[in-house]
Amino acid sequence: MPSALSALLGALAFLALAPVLGCLLAGADRIITARMQGRVGPPLLQPYYDVMKLLAKDSRSVNGIQGTHIAMYLVFAAASGAVFFAGGSFLLCVFMLTLASLFFVLAGYSSRSPFAEAGAAREMMQVMSYEPMVLIVAAGLYLATGTFSVAEIANADTPALYALPLVFGGFIYILTIKLRKSPFDLSTSHHAHQELVKGITTEMSGRTLAAVEIAHWYESVMFLGWVALFIVSGTWVSAALALLVCAAVYFLEILIDNNFARVKWQTMLASAWVVALAAGLINLSLLYL
Amino acid sequence: MSSSIKSPWIIHYDASSCNGCDIEVLACLTPLYDVERFGIINTGNPKHADVFLVTGSVNEQNLPVIRQIYEQMLEPKVVVATGICACTGGVFRECYNTLGGVDQAIPVDVYAPGCAVRPEAIIDGVVTALGILNEKAASSAAKEKVSA
Repeated sequence: MPSALSALLGALAFLALAPVLGCLLAGADRIITARMQGRVGPPLLQPYYDVMKLLAKDSRSVNGIQGTHIAMYLVFAAASGAVFFAGGSFLLCVFMLTLASLFFVLAGYSSRSPFAEAGAAREMMQVMSYEPMVLIVAAGLYLATGTFSVAEIANADTPALYALPLVFGGFIYILTIKLRKSPFDLSTSHHAHQELVKGITTEMSGRTLAAVEIAHWYESVMFLGWVALFIVSGTWVSAALALLVCAAVYFLEILIDNNFARVKWQTMLASAWVVALAAGLINLSLLYL
Repeated sequence: MSSSIKSPWIIHYDASSCNGCDIEVLACLTPLYDVERFGIINTGNPKHADVFLVTGSVNEQNLPVIRQIYEQMLEPKVVVATGICACTGGVFRECYNTLGGVDQAIPVDVYAPGCAVRPEAIIDGVVTALGILNEKAASSAAKEKVSA
């Protein structure tokens, strides 16, 4: 188990630094996306300018509860990441993140706008699509290392990837759904060419929309933490390797985002479950051989 | 309030345009003009937008729509009349069913004329609008200070 001090430092470092890192990631994402389309793209700090602009806008909401739901989304997204980087239980991290997603869906439904409701229903589908694979990741990490403790998994003798290559592949597949990147950007999109562009965030504006962006920065950094958890095994070399793998995975996500059109929710749900069952169950049964 | 200037999100509405100006608006997003360099995004959602680009002239059919979009946008906001029809009504000005330019419906901050309006003129118009957006943000912040 991690000492109380290092756990506290890990959690505080995540809470303070993840928005900075997430903002830079989002900025790099937009520049790389622009370059892939033959454009120059915005400055690296564009997501920061966007959020500062949103915070300065007039605040107006269709009801009183939406802002509260979004605040809960932000709090639980940040808290689940803090649990992860404190070296706490991976299972707790997963469940807190699911709670955060549910608050996001509730915020969408609360507005009663047809576009927001369509987006919220789709976000629910996204949760249903990726959740089995996420649970298989948690189960796989436990079967491979005998613990749910992130600190102990990260300090294991061998990287979790050795025992869980198929689970890792399946996780990369659903990561696109979790990051809401095309072809799985059904609930809300950054691309203006989709049939339903803003979906779940239609009725969110100003501070509320800024909170959604910041929560997304927290989530992005935590997901890369999950990727790194498969690679690290207590040494500095493995940590450096994990950073490289995270960069490669994020680049792959941007590449997929720019090369695929949005799919129907049926395709998303079916493919995610097929991947989860095939990759997950084969890999987990291999662990018992 | 310099952040409003660095992140102008746009909503584009085709009032009764012939599509000439609309195509030029979209041309601004292509690699040749790439307005995302200035942080400009075409949002398609009035609640997210700071700049309202209207193309085409106003008539009885679209007057309430223009007003509704304008009212749904949060302060600070600016309006750019894009193309000569949006500025004055253009060649349709004397038509029995045309009310005139966009300023017949809502307050307009910048006029960007042309038939069809050139992408350079649209970008110039939006950049001019950003200056006005900044002034509006500064004056509303000052008002808040006084009332507080």
